[in-house]
Parts: sequence; C-alpha cells; structure tokens
Amino acid sequence: MQVYFDNAATTKLSARARESMLRVSDDIFGNPSSLHAFGQAASSELQRARETVARCLNAAPREIYFTSGGTEADNQAIFTCAEIGAAKGKKHIVSTAIEHHAVLHCLEQLEKERGFRITLLPVDESGVIKLQDLEAAVCDETCLVTVMFANNEIGTIQPVEAVGRFCRGKKIPFHCDAVQAVGHVPVDVKALSIDYLSLSGHKFHGPKGVGALYARQGMPLRSLLLGGAQERNRRAGTENLPAIAGMAAALEEAVSELGEVGPRLTGYREKLINGLLNVQRSHLNGDRARRLPGNVNFCFEGLEGESLLLLLDHRGVAASSGSACTSGSLDPSHVLLALGRPHEIAHGSLRLTLSRYTTQEEVDYTLAVIPAVVDYLRDISPVWERIMREEQEKAQ
Amino acid sequence: MAMGYSEKVMDHFINPRNVGELEHPDGVGEVGNAKCGDIMKVYLRVENGVLTDVKFKTFGCASAIATSSMATELIKGHPIGEALALTNKAVVEALDGLPPVKLHCSVLAEEAVKAAIKDYYDRHQVPYDPALFADLDEDPHGDLVEE
Repeated sequence: MQVYFDNAATTKLSARARESMLRVSDDIFGNPSSLHAFGQAASSELQRARETVARCLNAAPREIYFTSGGTEADNQAIFTCAEIGAAKGKKHIVSTAIEHHAVLHCLEQLEKERGFRITLLPVDESGVIKLQDLEAAVCDETCLVTVMFANNEIGTIQPVEAVGRFCRGKKIPFHCDAVQAVGHVPVDVKALSIDYLSLSGHKFHGPKGVGALYARQGMPLRSLLLGGAQERNRRAGTENLPAIAGMAAALEEAVSELGEVGPRLTGYREKLINGLLNVQRSHLNGDRARRLPGNVNFCFEGLEGESLLLLLDHRGVAASSGSACTSGSLDPSHVLLALGRPHEIAHGSLRLTLSRYTTQEEVDYTLAVIPAVVDYLRDISPVWERIMREEQEKAQ
Repeated sequence: MAMGYSEKVMDHFINPRNVGELEHPDGVGEVGNAKCGDIMKVYLRVENGVLTDVKFKTFGCASAIATSSMATELIKGHPIGEALALTNKAVVEALDGLPPVKLHCSVLAEEAVKAAIKDYYDRHQVPYDPALFADLDEDPHGDLVEE
C-alpha cells in the first residue's frame, strides 16, 4: 500500500485544477497586458481567478495580488511594512518563535542588516501564543505584527481573531502567514481583521509556484520585482495564468468542500492520535483541539526521526520529521524546541498530514505499521535501553 | 534514493548486520550523544586476540545505523590490530559513499569500535599507547564542515 501523508509539504493536483490549467494553457495563451482579443481573453480569465480567490477569503478582488507562492507573499508583506516603518523611524517587528522560515529569515535579515529589533513571542507547551505577551511586546516603534494562522509542523491554530482585533485597535499592520490554513479551515480576512495574508496554491491541491498576497484596501504594498505594471504595479512580470487559474479552481473546490472534508479529516486525525498515544512514551506535539483537521505530530522517545521516516517509506507510508537529520542541520525543529521538547526527544518526531483524498484504509494501515517500526527502532537503540533501565530502577 | 543514500547504505539500514547486545562482553564502547541525535554502542567478544563476535546498538539516522552495521561487518572475525586500523574512510568506501552531511556518522562508527577496544584493554589490563585513542574525546561533529 502506498500512503501519502505529507500533505503539509505539498499536495496532489486536483482534477479540477488540472483541467483549468490545461484549458488556459491551450486556449488562453495571450498576455493579459495585450490590448487585442487574445490578451483580453487572458485578462478576463485573470480577473475571474482574482474574483474567485477574493470570494474564498471574503476579500475584494482588488485586494488580491498573485505571487510565485507563499514565500514571496511573506517576503513582500514583511519588507513593505519594514520599509514604511523604517522611513518613520519605527523599526520593531513582533512575530512568533514558531513561524515558517519564509518569515523568520526575513526578520533575521532585517535585524542583522537593517538594525530592526525583532521580538519573537514564545508559545506555551501546546504551541499557542499568549495575547498578554503580544500586548506587552508591542510599542510605539512596532511597524508590523506577523503571526502565522496555523503551524506547518504541529498544525496549531493561533488566536488570529484576537491578534487581528488587538492590532487593528493599535493601528499596527497585521500580516498573517496562512499558507497551511487556507483551503483547510475557514479564513475570513474581514472577520479576523487581517491586513496582509499569504497563501500558497500547492497546499490545497493547486499547482506549485503560485500563491497570493491579500493586502487590505488602503494598506501599502511595495513591489519586490521591478518591471512591468502587472498586478497594479505591485508585482512585475507576466502573470503565470495557467497556474493562477489552477490555483483559483483548487481553492474554490477546497473551500466549497470544507464543511464535508473538515469533520472527516478530524475523525481520521483523532483515530491516528488515539492510536499513537497507545505507543508507550509517545507525545503528541501541539494543541489537540486548536489544530488543523489533517495534522498529526508525535515524538517517540528513544529513536531518531530520519530512520523512522525512511523505514516508514520502505513500508509505503510517506511522512515527515523534524529531526536534525531531515533538516540538514544539527538542531532539530525550532518549532519542537519552542514547545519545550528537549533535543533528544525532538529528534524522534514524526509528522503525518492528511488530505481530502485520505481513506480509512490508509489510516488503518498506517496505524498498523507505525508501532511495529517504532518497536523495531527502539529494539536497536541504546537510548531506549537506557530509558527502560532507568524505568526499572525507579520501579524497584 | 532517499537522501542521496547509496543502495548499500539502504541495504545496511533496512537489514542491519550484527544488531543486538552480547552477554558478558569483553569490551563495550559507547560514543555520541542523544542531543546531537546519534549514539552508537559496540559490544566485543575477544578470543586469542581475535574479535570472534561483534554486536551494536544505534540511536540515529539511517546512515548512523548503516555505518554501525558496516563497521561491525568489517571487523568481525579479524584480529584486534586490524580493527584498530579501521578508518571512517574505509567504512564510507565499503558503503559506496555517504552524503557529505552524513560523514560524521562514519567517524562515530570508527570511534565506537575504538572505544570498545579501549574498554577491552582497560578491563583486561592490556598495556597500550594512549595516543591510539586520543581522538575519542573529541566531538565528531567538530572536525567536519556541515552543509
């Protein structure tokens, strides 16, 4: 059996998105900036996609800017607010310790090269920020608050509405990296008081290499790329229309199915969590309730994540891990460390992320395979041997 | 191949040789630390200066398990002198190479064997030149540039 449980990394293209991409690639090849009929057909297609994406977020079409993906959208929002803040002498940004690197690395650069002060809010052991910490962190110099909607590793959903309300009250721009949330949980930019929001097409069964940035009417937006007047002068470069049309179709489909898919995935998720909690010395990472429907993330003591990941792959289950070995660095995931997991436990992490194509059989198969692989790796682990010895000594 | 691992690495990872422990071993060596994500423990049985049995236990990534397996294969049945001459390079070559970021695993495998031999010498009061084991206190991550 082949099970794909790495949907937070990327998802399979939906049939409707593919159909949209092929139709636009074949029939609507004009440049949306051209004045002739071919160009105008492309321009209309682009406008339709913009309207679709806007509708899915409860935004206006003119508030949607297409980008090359979530990373570009994050960069554009952050650097826009930083530039404008710096011009006013406001060089302080508040974010969280568990953001994606597309946010964290922007902030690191602003800190190192531009003299910004960055406050990364801590999270509690379940991965949620505290509003008091945000309130205490902002000051007159704060030019941006950027808090992710849902975490890519542990699926924890932040109190976005409260953050938005607070920032709006203080008139501080609020950017939300919603790459993992859009298409998976309801996202309403107006109700949540969001000023900037990033999304990525391939996280909800759209194509790769395309995303969007929502910028609320009246919020400034500077172009990262210089050139033509595309995207109302905010993003130069001929639009990737097949990808944009594919993303819009995928998002419309995902949002229309939320009511049905969400509860089903939550059921699968709970079954997986309950099953894996039965494995001794396993720990669920992230809040159990404030969680994306399709995210399961565990630490298993006494083993290392990469070997777990590769043995599962050998048995047909594709997952992901926050171990140092899978990240190519010596440190395990910054998200797991921020939860307070010690290094040796954080190394043994496993992330399973489901999609609307996930089946009951896949869940059952995975639940049969994981405990066996965990047992095997623990059998050959000197760390597990030590843990068991210490447990016996304590019992005596 | 996963992570750029050779077929041999995957073979020794999925079907590791010499896994387990020895009862009443003549020497045991443990190197690495859990904080860095890899620990190797090697057990030796020595008869007339020959390693008649070798076992290992490893906490770590696929290459940590594969290098432990290969290192034990390379020394099992050989005289202690030959096992002492085992280099991490020999382990890497026998596995048809390792990705650069994983080379430290082979260093750890070499050190686990040396630590076990040192333990055997210490237990059996065999005199030796301490310079032979000078590298054992160093962090194997220290000498390698990570990508």
